[in-house]
Amino acid sequence: MKDIKVLGTGCANCRSTVDLIETVAKARGVPITLEKIEDLPAIVAYGVMSTPGVVIDGQVVHAGGVPTCSKVESWF
Amino acid sequence: MNTLSLDSSPRGRLARWLLAIVIATSAWLFAYSQLTTFADWLLNALTLSRQTAVGEALHFFFYDTPKVLLLLTGIVFVMGIVQTFFSPERTRALLSGKRQGIGNVLAATLGIVTPFCSCSAVPLFIGFLSAGVPLGVTFSFLISAPMVNEVALALLFGMFGWKVAALYLGLGLLVAIVGGLVIGKMHMERHLEDWVQKIQAGQASHPVRDGIGWVGRFEAGTAHVREIVGKVWPYILAGIAVGAAIHGYVPEDFMASIMGRDAWWAVPVAVLLGVPMYTNAAGVIPIVEALIGKGAALGTVLAFMMSVIALSAPEMIILRKALKPRLIATFAGIVAAGILLVGYLFNLVL
Repeated sequence: MKDIKVLGTGCANCRSTVDLIETVAKARGVPITLEKIEDLPAIVAYGVMSTPGVVIDGQVVHAGGVPTCSKVESWF
Repeated sequence: MNTLSLDSSPRGRLARWLLAIVIATSAWLFAYSQLTTFADWLLNALTLSRQTAVGEALHFFFYDTPKVLLLLTGIVFVMGIVQTFFSPERTRALLSGKRQGIGNVLAATLGIVTPFCSCSAVPLFIGFLSAGVPLGVTFSFLISAPMVNEVALALLFGMFGWKVAALYLGLGLLVAIVGGLVIGKMHMERHLEDWVQKIQAGQASHPVRDGIGWVGRFEAGTAHVREIVGKVWPYILAGIAVGAAIHGYVPEDFMASIMGRDAWWAVPVAVLLGVPMYTNAAGVIPIVEALIGKGAALGTVLAFMMSVIALSAPEMIILRKALKPRLIATFAGIVAAGILLVGYLFNLVL
């Protein structure tokens, strides 16, 4: 079970990032828990400076813009 | 099988990218050289003449739409590549520990090339402060990044030539540098929200950026085009449509009385009007061009444009989460004063 958090203040890019991760995880059959973090102090606490950011099991793996499809696939 | 393995090798991919860029650049240059021909041809096909208001308006639309879209696509692609060299993390590293003055100049300049979206203004703001970038220097970046952006510069260059684009660049940087310096001198650190002041003490972790080759940079360029052009084209079409209507139907010199250089109150009114409006440079500039064609003064119109882009109410609301009202008001006041000055200066010089 991978614990994934998407950091973002609710812009369109953050929503597409969430959708993309959901789609890829489902296609790969990887079980995940997906959480969206919109609280600014929490986002900043991860040290992310450009949203959307992606955190997997407590590790920041991506920041700034919607990740590419191949990048998301490489996480699973 | 042989060709397949050749194609997917990094060298093969780079070669294909370079070939595609050469072809796309040639097609771009050809299309750009045929803009008037295209608009004339389309107008003829509709059996309309430029002598009529509707014909003149449509000609403006047919000429400006492809021109603006071509310029935008080209510049946004190039900027997408340039931005891969300037991640926010890198910019922060360049700025941390810089003194007031030189730091403000550097911050305003880096604001042009660092990718920035107003939705991540707060994380970026705090990321800078936590790395020891002074408050005033951070503000120089925050003023410059949205205002002096590649979309505004590309459109100004395309519609008014390089002199106006260079003036906008220079004066935009000046507003950002001086604005940041003034905020720095006022020592307003205690007007940050409490949770921000707490974070400042501790250093946050850096996300690791993976190494990126030229193929990755080109991919970032196309992704940037998809993102920016994909998002702003409806604004551009709407802007050009309004511009076309003004161009065709508003009488010559009509704007001279309202927005001309003799009307001293025009600049402040333009700045005030710009605050509640929220669009991007792409939507405003076609309107700006049409207004100027009807006798509006360049300084007044540029002040309006800067105000729309740099003093947007939604960005203030986002920043409010990290800044107390006094600091927001100071920020808005200083930027507004800077824009006013730019407006009057433009009207005086040109």
